[in-house]
Amino acid sequence: MPRRTMVEAIRDAMDVSMQRDDNVVVFGEDVGYFGGVFRCTQGLQRKFGSSRCFDAPISELGIVGTAVGMAAYGLRPCVEIQFADYMYPAYDQIVSEAARLRYRSAGQFTVPMVVRMPTGGGIFGGQTHSQSPEALFTHVSGLKTVVPSNPYDAKGLLIAAIEDNDPVIFLEPKRLYNGPFDGHHDKPVTPWARHALGEVPEGHYTVPLGKAVVRRPGTAVTVLAYGTMVYVSEAAAAETGIDAEIIDLRTLVPYDLDTIVASVRKTGRCVVVHEATLTSGFGAELSALVQETCFYHLEAPVMRVTGWDTPYPHAQEWDYFPGPDRVGRTLKAVMEA
Amino acid sequence: MSDLKPLSFHVPAPAVRPGGAPDFRDVKIPPAGAVDRPPIDVAPEDIRDLAFEIIRVLNRDSEAVGPWAGLLSHEELLEGLRHMMTLRAFDARMQMAQRQGKTSFYMQHMGEEAVSCAFRKALSPGDMNFPTYRQAGLLIAGGYPMLDMMCQIYSNERDPLKGRQLPVMYSAREHGFFSISGNLATQFVQAVGWAMASAMKRDTKIAVGWIGDGSTAESDFHSALVFASTYKAPVVLNIVNNQWAISTFQGIARGGSGTFAARGLGFGIPALRVDGNDYLAVYAVAKWAIERARSNLGPTLIEYVTYRVGAHSTSDDPSAYRPKTESDNWPLGDPVLRLKNHLIREGAWSEERHTQAEAEILSTVIAIQKEAESHGTLHSGPHPSARDMFEGVYEEMPPHLRRQRQQGGV
Ligand SMILES: Cc1ncc(C[n+]2csc(CCOP(=O)(O)OP(=O)(O)O)c2C)c(N)n1
Ligand SMILES: [Mg+2]
Repeated sequence: MPRRTMVEAIRDAMDVSMQRDDNVVVFGEDVGYFGGVFRCTQGLQRKFGSSRCFDAPISELGIVGTAVGMAAYGLRPCVEIQFADYMYPAYDQIVSEAARLRYRSAGQFTVPMVVRMPTGGGIFGGQTHSQSPEALFTHVSGLKTVVPSNPYDAKGLLIAAIEDNDPVIFLEPKRLYNGPFDGHHDKPVTPWARHALGEVPEGHYTVPLGKAVVRRPGTAVTVLAYGTMVYVSEAAAAETGIDAEIIDLRTLVPYDLDTIVASVRKTGRCVVVHEATLTSGFGAELSALVQETCFYHLEAPVMRVTGWDTPYPHAQEWDYFPGPDRVGRTLKAVMEA
Repeated sequence: MSDLKPLSFHVPAPAVRPGGAPDFRDVKIPPAGAVDRPPIDVAPEDIRDLAFEIIRVLNRDSEAVGPWAGLLSHEELLEGLRHMMTLRAFDARMQMAQRQGKTSFYMQHMGEEAVSCAFRKALSPGDMNFPTYRQAGLLIAGGYPMLDMMCQIYSNERDPLKGRQLPVMYSAREHGFFSISGNLATQFVQAVGWAMASAMKRDTKIAVGWIGDGSTAESDFHSALVFASTYKAPVVLNIVNNQWAISTFQGIARGGSGTFAARGLGFGIPALRVDGNDYLAVYAVAKWAIERARSNLGPTLIEYVTYRVGAHSTSDDPSAYRPKTESDNWPLGDPVLRLKNHLIREGAWSEERHTQAEAEILSTVIAIQKEAESHGTLHSGPHPSARDMFEGVYEEMPPHLRRQRQQGGV
């Protein structure tokens, strides 16, 4: 099976989808001729023509707003916001329009749209190329929010998102584009070519939305993670020797409560890890869910390891980023509780 | 059966792509001196044509001609030349420093030096710019210490912004330079608000908004024009049309409007286009618009026609989307060379003095760079602490952040 980077897998998902369905169109800033600043759409314009893959003016509102109109008409737009940090001008279109159109029109109009955006830090991108705004989407009824952590999932989830009849926010952890990243920034990057999850089947397949997966089975403590934090948590488990069960959520909303509950009831402990800031982050939701569903099985408080409640700094990137040491310390604390 | 033709969908494309021969035939360039200089209290509807012209002063023979000429002395022009050369040397060193891994990122000005350097000279102390990342000439021509700029770029212990911002996202309130946001266009409308505040407080200071051609597509641009127009805000609104927005040619943002300046017409805002590679023309137009603003005549929209010679940033390689030789064919030439040739023609400068000045400037920049590096670079030497990271989020650190700082062990 061919090994691909996450960028190639994402591109492949759009390629396969555009081939199968004429209604799939792809656009965004620098997305057409150039193929996107991360090259996720490279070659699509040449292959499908400039009316199916094209450059957009620098207006995130315009990109998402026109995509809502197209989706309501019957197309399946898959648009790119260059960095998640730049989605705010589109937020009204996402929250007030895309998310509610089905409900408020009693199903007359729907929005089968995907909004892709690179998310997360680890690239010295400062406060406008590093944010993890997933909670701003998970809080909105009517949206689905997906965060893949590897090429195999990225392709299958993106195809599923494009085929889904509701609006999907597809957050791509940019630090994972070229290889898994466990937070050890001083070590060389492992390319996806040397990782099992870099194996990406040709052609069409889907990874269902709303299904989590156990990345590392374990008995001591459940770690709920997604995106880059899956690898950081794996490193923390390996380095502390704690037999953690690491769950990669993949889809944040709708979340896979069954997988979470089964694991926490088994381990009796739970740590939630994300890059985004702590307060009102998605970790708060997960923590509340675990408390509500597993309270009588818990042997320790549910703990969170997250980015600090500050804007994402430049010089202090590695003090900010919740790396394996911070995760490891919390794993130990939860085991000792 | 309907006999209507199917609708068609239009996506603008540039005249050439890599592999093709550069072609700027569609950039209509009037001769220098050809465009009238109206009085500053002219009615906007009487100068609608200026939105489609290009105001130019320096002609092909390096003479300063026409109604917009004659505002600057030789000394002032020599100072302007020095500013542009300094910015160019600074860019070259910082670009190289990024390549050497001393910082994460850099954005240069190559080809666009005249715009910010000349504009700065037309402002008065206390006026406030809301710049983009490509107007460092405002700082250099405004006498801001280069050492502070470099320390910001290195995110070192002496960085005035404490390592919080991406390189080149300076902030220098005392120098009339508003904190740069990485989010495009957001500040264009803030400039209007600053100008409105100045007017509400019966001050005499004006504000200046800056935006790139590509970024005019953002709603913030249009909101700025509405508010500026409605309240006749004392603001100058500058569009730097350097033909490219990363890989996207200016036609994608401009659409059917002919020129970017023409965007002002529907708002009743006087709109001028100027040769952005002509130091004298930029200065003259800036002066005109600034005087209007300060005389309670309201906003002016200016489009600077220029060309981004370098890559968008150190993360970009333009050979993937435009012919390699496109910049050599840019019909408005190079701003440094044009001012140099003008001063030589005027007998105020010479090739020898230019070469000597280049060497002097470079060694000054290198000396400052050494000093900056003695305070650390991004990945080595002293830099802002993890403790600093928690400061300045709020005026006073709230308990939850204090707790997080403790958890972080710093
Ligand atoms: C809101 C927002 N969207 C997208 C970006 C990414 N981005 C950074 S610079 C740039 C191009 C800007 O082009 P232009 O306005 O022409 O300015 P120039 O770089 O040419 O000076 C883009 C798309 C951003 N910084 N902010
Ligand atoms: Mg531009």
